[in-house]
This record gives sequence, structure tokens and C-alpha cells, in this order.
Amino acid sequence: MKTRSLVSIDDLSTEEIMKILKLAAEFEKDPISDILHGKVVATLFFEPSTRTRLSFESAVNKLGGKVIGFTDSSSSSVTKGETLNDTIRTVNNYADLIVMRHPIEGSARYASEISTVPVINAGDGANQHPTQTLLDLYSILKTQGTLDKLNICMVGDLKYGRTVHSLLMAMSRWKTSFNFVAPEELMMPDEYKMYLNNLGLDYYETADLNEVINMADIIYMTRVQRERFSDPMEYEKVKNAYVLYDHMLSETKPGMKILHPLPRVNEINTDVDANDKAYYFEQALNGVFTRQAIICTLLGLK
Amino acid sequence: MKNMSDPKQLLVSAIESGTVIDHIPASTLFKVIKILGLDRIRNQITFGTNLESKTDGKKAIIKIAGKFFEDDDINRIALVAPNAKLNIIRDYEVVEKRVVSVPDTITAIAKCMNPKCITNFEKVTTRFRVVSKKPVALKCHYCEKITDQERLEII
Repeated sequence: MKTRSLVSIDDLSTEEIMKILKLAAEFEKDPISDILHGKVVATLFFEPSTRTRLSFESAVNKLGGKVIGFTDSSSSSVTKGETLNDTIRTVNNYADLIVMRHPIEGSARYASEISTVPVINAGDGANQHPTQTLLDLYSILKTQGTLDKLNICMVGDLKYGRTVHSLLMAMSRWKTSFNFVAPEELMMPDEYKMYLNNLGLDYYETADLNEVINMADIIYMTRVQRERFSDPMEYEKVKNAYVLYDHMLSETKPGMKILHPLPRVNEINTDVDANDKAYYFEQALNGVFTRQAIICTLLGLK
Repeated sequence: MKNMSDPKQLLVSAIESGTVIDHIPASTLFKVIKILGLDRIRNQITFGTNLESKTDGKKAIIKIAGKFFEDDDINRIALVAPNAKLNIIRDYEVVEKRVVSVPDTITAIAKCMNPKCITNFEKVTTRFRVVSKKPVALKCHYCEKITDQERLEII
């Protein structure tokens, strides 16, 4: 590893990513061990994210490590006005690794520069959430058997969705072709389309999911959030246009899988849950194996 | 002093030795002064602004007596005066001409335009990678957002 911390998916070479995914597969076969015996992992959640925190804590517990931390900043010294710099320096005395979630963008990079122990970015505002990207990659690799030349259909909020941006950047290493399905207000930002253009990768934009759904190897669903719309009428118009129902899946590829970073609201109808193509809950489980692999890699234990 | 005898002529005296920075956009003259710390040194300085220029519209010029700049220092102004030209003066003669070039990284000069960036919350020295030199676009080392020429603010 170039750095011992994981702040952004771009910090990892393709080779390092593949190594982590391979290690995650080993943990999937044999998730329980004592490799973190005597190690303390601090989970510093300056804003709540129950799902991500539980996933990390589950990963540490399965490896025999101990967890300390706080679950939102109201229960930490931040409310007393402590700087991030001071919090990190202090926690360095207590933990062998820091998992940090923080609403301020760039906070994880900054923390990694101060910290004497590895820092894992568990989300810094709208910026990066690399462990989500790695678990998405693991889920794609596991279900498709490859990452090469897949067709990925991204649906919903493509403008503000941090997970879709990171996944796009990461998957572009494997010649992915993308279909972007979103209302006009929430289309993929130009900088990401430029990025694909520069790499010579294909993408197609549409507002109609049915137009592209049958081409997909992976459908990546995201939540369209009401607060993203300046005009509430616009939200009302589109809120049901990006909902996946079971009957829409009949002509899709047999090996196609549906991913979602969760939590879902209504964008995947519950009648999809029983379909073999629904994969979002397994995806969450994959998150635990992937995080086991990331923690061990950063601590130099595997 | 020839100029003194002709009151119609602009009085910007020549310097015996030092640096003349020409082709500064009039709109960024004071940013250049700030970046180079010219407001804090005791050298004799004259400047003119809103001068007509065939190439740049309104331009400004600064003459600093007894001051010579290192490349790394002078390149800091490339962000706000990309076409600036330096004349190095010794004994009233131009002994060297230099242009400025935008460096690959920018440290401690620019402010990140992202209000949610850590550099706008804590005492963090800003750092940018230059992703485009013309027009200037800077990618924040921390929040990874782009600050472009229009939104560029000098600290």
C-alpha cells in the first residue's frame, strides 16, 4: 500500500483493489478468526450512520478485536468545541485503527495526515466512501465472475449520489459501459461524463428505465430524495418514475443483479425482494467481509 | 529627470535595479501585491493601473526597487496574472526577461470554494493540484472539489 490509510478509492491501485477483494472472498468462506486479538478499533461517527457503523463493528468483532467510539458528535467532545485535529491526536493514544464518518468534506484526508494509526474513511460529507465502493465491487465480482466489460445501469439520483460517482470512477478501470437513468434535475454531472469521454468509454443517458433495463448486468438503484428538488412539484412528478417492480424484470439478463446502497424507501418495490435478481441484502453482508479485508490489509495483518 | 520638465508626461520613474512586473490584469493588481507580500516590505514600489494595453485590455504594472524574485515565489502570481512578464533591471538596463508559469501544485495561496471543505473549518493549509492551467482549475487535495478561475479567492 502506498498509504496506510484508506481515504479515497483512487488511493488504491487496481492490483491493491483485487487483493482486497480476494481477501474478502477468504473471509466470506471463513469469517471468524482471532487475528485482531488485542487490537482496538475506534469508530468515530461525527454524524450517525447506523448501517455503516454496525457493519464495521461486526467486522471487527468477527476478527476478535475490540471497538470503542461514539455514534454521533453530540455525545463527544466536539460539542465542547474540540477540533478534529485534537480528537484524532487523542484517539491515537487509544486505538490501533480509526474508522471515521464526518459531515465535512476532506476531513478524512486531513485526519489521515495527522493520525499515527491508519484511518478508514467511512464517508466524509458528499465526498468519498471507499469501503462502500469496495463492497460494491466485491458484489459485482462475486455475482458476475468478472469486472471486465460489464453493462451497469445506474438509476435515480445520479447528481448528488456519492456512491454512484465513486463506483463509476472505480469501474471505469474495467471498460464498463454505463446507462444513466435519472430525471433531468438529477442527471450525472458533466465532470463524470467528461471522465468517461476521456477514457473512451460508452455511456447513454435516458429518463426511461425500461429502455435500457434488459441490457444490464448490474442495476444500481439509488434513492431520489425529496430535499434535492427546489420545486416540490418536480419531485411529485418524478418520484414514482424510478421505481423498480418485479414485472419489469421478466426480460432482463438471467445473471443480472440489483444492487442498492440502502436504506431504500420505495424505489425498489418489495415484490422484487423475492426475485433471485434482488441482491441488496447480500450486498450488505458482503460489506462485512470487505471491511474485514480492508482492516486487515491496513494493519498489515494479511 | 527628463519627465519632470514635461508635466504632460506620466511620472513613473525608472528604477536603478530591481524588478518590473508588467502585463498584470488591472483587476488583479492588489491580489498580486498581496501574494508577493509587497504590502509588507520596505522597498520603494511604484505601480500604475488601468493602463491601456493592446493585448490585455486594462493592465497594471509594478516596479519594485532592489527586489529580485525566485521562480517559485513569482510563479505564485500566475494564478491571478497568468500573462505577467518580468523585467529584471540592473543599472537602468533590462538584463533579463521572464514569464510566469502556473505551478503543478498550489499551497497556501488559494481558498477552496467548497463551503463544506475541512480547510474552511479548521486551520489546515490549503493544497491544490492544478488540473487545468488555462483557464486555471484547481482540485482540492482534501475535499477533491474543483475551484475554477471565476471562484478563485486568494487567502
